[in-house]
Amino acid sequence: METLEQIKARLEHALPLTKLDLVANECPAGERSLLVDTASGFAVAKFLRDDPQLKLDYCSNVTGVDWPQTTIKTKVKRKVQVEGVEKEIEETIETLRSGHLEVVYHLYSMELKHGPVVLRMRTGNRANETHVPSLTPLWRGAELQEREVFDLYGIIFDGHPDLRRLLMWDDFQGFPMRRDYVAPDDFEYEPTPHDKVLEQAKKHYPVEVKP
Amino acid sequence: MSALAAMPPRSFEVTPKLDAQGEPMGELLEISMGPHHPSTHGVFRMDIVLDGEEVVKLKPVFGYLHRNHEKIAEGISYLGSMPYTDRLDYFCSMTNNWAYALTIEKLAGLTPPERAEYIRVIMAELTRLQNHTSLIGFFLQDMGALGTPMMYAFREREKILDLFEAVSGARMMCNYMRFGGVRADVNDAWIAQARQLTDGYGKFLDEFEAFLTGNEILLARTQGVGTLPAALAVNASMTGPMLRAAGVNYDLRKVDKYGIYSRFDFKVPLGEHGDLYDRYMVRVLEMRESIKILQQALRDIPAWPIMDPKSKLRGFRPKPGEVYGRVEGPKGELGFYVISDGSPNPYRYRVRPPSLINLTLLEDMCLGYKVSDAVVILGSVDIVLGEVDR
Repeated sequence: METLEQIKARLEHALPLTKLDLVANECPAGERSLLVDTASGFAVAKFLRDDPQLKLDYCSNVTGVDWPQTTIKTKVKRKVQVEGVEKEIEETIETLRSGHLEVVYHLYSMELKHGPVVLRMRTGNRANETHVPSLTPLWRGAELQEREVFDLYGIIFDGHPDLRRLLMWDDFQGFPMRRDYVAPDDFEYEPTPHDKVLEQAKKHYPVEVKP
Repeated sequence: MSALAAMPPRSFEVTPKLDAQGEPMGELLEISMGPHHPSTHGVFRMDIVLDGEEVVKLKPVFGYLHRNHEKIAEGISYLGSMPYTDRLDYFCSMTNNWAYALTIEKLAGLTPPERAEYIRVIMAELTRLQNHTSLIGFFLQDMGALGTPMMYAFREREKILDLFEAVSGARMMCNYMRFGGVRADVNDAWIAQARQLTDGYGKFLDEFEAFLTGNEILLARTQGVGTLPAALAVNASMTGPMLRAAGVNYDLRKVDKYGIYSRFDFKVPLGEHGDLYDRYMVRVLEMRESIKILQQALRDIPAWPIMDPKSKLRGFRPKPGEVYGRVEGPKGELGFYVISDGSPNPYRYRVRPPSLINLTLLEDMCLGYKVSDAVVILGSVDIVLGEVDR
């Protein structure tokens, strides 16, 4: 299979408006990935599927990752002159990483038996810009997995034909796989008829009777 | 394989059939099958809309066994998830262990020694044998052959579970593999017992097949039912026997050659029509190939050691990075996607469940058939709800 750089170069040639980045992977045995902006994600995926040299006809794995806002601390060594003597000091540089959600697709080719090409898309933030294009119209194998990502991370897949919660129940509030999710004390709390009766009773006796 | 066209999933409204005068012939009946129904293989529900006896709409409902395995794994150490992988597909704990161990070995750069690789292959193929055997039992049970084929299957499965118990201490929840090797060694008596079982398994399959393969009822219920075209199967990420029954030659043991599978001589059985009968037949033939692999592995297994000396059980902190590792489980491609941030717990831990993804096309396969066929079609997918819902 071509290297990721070659694929990126061909993609930039074929789809000039796309913003593409290579995401490094510090693990030597793991694969680097191709970061695509959400606006051209669908076109890039379609290119990868239909290109005769790649033919990534098999979307193996779809998953979400939550990256909340954090400060990343990196230690840098620097040489300084202290009273005429050269000393090496260590400094910590803090950079702010804005929070976002990420969808990761692992694409393989069953016909040419190669892969994977790892495709990533990032949302704008974790609160209101959580839209990415759905790739289910290209690979139906993504249908249930995108529903799962929507269910557990709250990423909204535009163009998904049936975007409902998959594993949690329909009335469930919140997205349990997010890093900052706090589980409620009682998952199964629901207003019972008993509570309704109490509400009615309050309306019926507006003045609280004190003993 | 023909060129793949975009195949968007169906989303549609259904109406009753019309008679010659253009009047509806009857009413649609919506039934909720499950979650407590013996033929759904666990707590799984299908919302089926029937026109007469014909299935016109079918929506699977998931989540009754959901416990957010992935979230739990983010809170515990890497090794702490190993016993939990047993509970995913509780029929095939050995292959689940292997898939997870393989992924973490890729992440941490560990290489299992020769003997451990052989033991892993032996365990994985024994798992495949017992999974396919009991699946055929369940499949026949779904078809109405109550009890007998399943009991035959379970008799043989029990012998394999005895082997698992002898080596790991547990019949089903084996928790046997470790990062960089396996937990306990097998002795000569165990190998002799495994060899005896392997050599006798072909005879059992002959006996099983003599009852089933040419059986008139099985032929009538399975041939031409639930057909899946190859292009659609690929597009919907089908894996395992479901995919190969449709005629697509894609077996990770041959494609990825993970472990030491490149050393063994075996074939990949393929179906032609993609119907239920092909799925049954592919599984039977796969078992025969597994026997071949087992015989070769049990013959060639080398001596010690069974663990990579670099691997450590305590204080295991892999370097930051991400990996995706996958193996050919009995049900299909079982993958693990792990992101490490250098801490003792995984930052992200994801299971690619073959059982869930193979259900993507359940509706497409069932449309136009009767409820009794829908039961058999679901049976042929081979799901375990521990893995579907995680």
